Amino acid sequence: MSEKVKNVKEKPASKKSSVSAVDMAPKKRKRGKSLERTKARAGYFFVLPFIIGLIVVYLPMIIQSINYSFMELNSVKGGGYELVFVGLENYSNALLVDSSYVQELIEGIQSLLFNIPAIVIFSLFMAILLNQDMAGRGLFRAIFFIPVIISTGLLADIDAQNILSNLGSTSSQIDTGNGENTVSQIVNVVDVERLFENMQIGSGLAEYVTNLVNDIFDIVNKSGVQMLIYLAGLQSISPAIYESCSIDGATAWETFWKITFPMISPMILVNAIYTVIDEMTRTDNNVMEYISSVYEEAGGTVLAAAMSWMYFLIVMLLLAVITAILSAYTFYQRRDT
Amino acid sequence: MDAAKEKKVKVKKSSKNSMKVEFEGQLSTWERFKIKVLSLTFWKDILLKICLYVFLIGIAYIVIYPFISKVSSSFMSADDFVDATVLYIPKNPTLDTYKAIITDNDYFTALLNTFILSFSTAIIQMFITCLVGYGFAKFKFRGNGLLFLFVILTMIVPNETLHLAMFMKFRYFDIGFEFGEGIKIGLFNLLGGGVFEWLDILDFTSVQLTNTYWPFIILSICGVGFKNGLYIFLFRQFFRGVPDELEESAYIDGAGTFKTFLRVILPLSTAMLVTVFVFAFSWQWTDNYYVNVFFTTSGPYTLKDIITVPSSLDTSYAGENMYVAAIRNTCGILIMMPLVIMYAFLQKYLVQGIERSGIVG
Repeated sequence: MSEKVKNVKEKPASKKSSVSAVDMAPKKRKRGKSLERTKARAGYFFVLPFIIGLIVVYLPMIIQSINYSFMELNSVKGGGYELVFVGLENYSNALLVDSSYVQELIEGIQSLLFNIPAIVIFSLFMAILLNQDMAGRGLFRAIFFIPVIISTGLLADIDAQNILSNLGSTSSQIDTGNGENTVSQIVNVVDVERLFENMQIGSGLAEYVTNLVNDIFDIVNKSGVQMLIYLAGLQSISPAIYESCSIDGATAWETFWKITFPMISPMILVNAIYTVIDEMTRTDNNVMEYISSVYEEAGGTVLAAAMSWMYFLIVMLLLAVITAILSAYTFYQRRDT
Repeated sequence: MDAAKEKKVKVKKSSKNSMKVEFEGQLSTWERFKIKVLSLTFWKDILLKICLYVFLIGIAYIVIYPFISKVSSSFMSADDFVDATVLYIPKNPTLDTYKAIITDNDYFTALLNTFILSFSTAIIQMFITCLVGYGFAKFKFRGNGLLFLFVILTMIVPNETLHLAMFMKFRYFDIGFEFGEGIKIGLFNLLGGGVFEWLDILDFTSVQLTNTYWPFIILSICGVGFKNGLYIFLFRQFFRGVPDELEESAYIDGAGTFKTFLRVILPLSTAMLVTVFVFAFSWQWTDNYYVNVFFTTSGPYTLKDIITVPSSLDTSYAGENMYVAAIRNTCGILIMMPLVIMYAFLQKYLVQGIERSGIVG
């Protein structure tokens, strides 16, 4: 009797297990898929703040700004405003009517083109120096990185105001502390010019170098982040390569051009792009300053939007050209893992 | 044989990590010194080191000099600026400039307001960009690449381009779009009766958020604030370097994605978090663009407002330009002082953080 009961009891149980065994395979696949889906959902969850920001705040602003550049803005009595579509009038005004926009734009692009190689090369040089093993390395790194933190925004503004007010005064033996005098203390630019005249090389190069010496304060100030990016790159090069190089009898000069330079070339591309973007979006950049002065003079105008969109497009074009040229020469290490 | 070898080595001094030994039959210290000094490579190395240090100290001087001269001129009294014999060290050192700025220009109110603003935005931005960067680095979902392109877009569009649009957005804040000539799609506009006259729940069609802290907080929460694109980029690069096995083991132990993020990933990324916090804090601290856009007429009194000549200082005499410049620089020193102190403490993490962000990979 008891055996019979046992049998009866066991029967449905075994049936169940056989059913579940049949169902096992599809269920497992389903689970794998849903795991992927949960992960994708988690991804959306993490990125959600940015998606909301993009849709609610950022894209409307971009669209609005592009819109404004084709509009005329009239304030209406009682606190509102109205927009009238005027087509390309703002753009033609900026280019043809405004007396100094084109000039500022050309000068801005020129100084951008001048600064990119200077900053990229200087910061590479500094990074290689600071990558050596020596006493006080941390201190020097800390000092060279200070300007990134405190020479921006308001403080750059104060310097600019001081330079302006100093232009009018004749006697200034005490430094106003904007760094321009430092350079003239260390190197006399006139001497550099003479040196280059004697060396009989093109005047273009001589001018470039004298400008470089003049601007060294600016260049040092702007190359903090680039230097760190290079340092990170330099430290990722395996010391084994250098070792085998020195065993083969390569000099430091050869090692630099055959090993360091190709290995660091992706960083050069990154830094060139970073420098262009950083230079372009700085608020103490000449073109930006001019545009914001136009904006402030009129108490908010659509002309400024048109001007800065034009500037943006030109710099983007420039960035595309620079990236295309540099990436042709960039060496990527093949990583076989 | 081992015993014989050991006999030759005499331990002179030993500590936990190192020990000094002397071999039998070794040249005397003086002999060794002579050989070292008389070699060519020794002098070459020394010469190179000297050149290196001269160069580095020169560049460091260029970086630091403006700060030194600013500090020295901030202690000068009015007479020192017309005295031709005074260059760096003031003859009549005085704290009047500091006192005048602190009392007349209401330095501490500005400091407090700016601190509230910078600290809150920096904290929010740090966590939000960390979340977003983690999402971009570790999860595959549809539109990942496209969304990241938008992150880069927020990085490369100059602020000035959005000046008017940004002001308008927060002056007449509404959740939605607006296309010129009166075409508005917005939540507040809809509920306030801007579209249908019968639908009139709210008694306004937009909210004015300028002259408050709200624009900063909204921008930060949405991860589209000042330089947030850069922070997202840094975090993404950093998290890409964190091995997946860490999270996988956490998942196997039964933790969810968010719990894994909180318990496993966040503690790993202290250096990166500190780096982004320092950037966000100090760039917001010295920011003069966003505060000018959002605090137009009656906004909170922040550090940008203290840069004026204090009323109690008399500047009308021969050395006026220099004196006014010195006063402005003193304001600058007062503004950057908290940042310098913070930098001194967190500098170590900062360099580490950027180096580990692995922009390399």
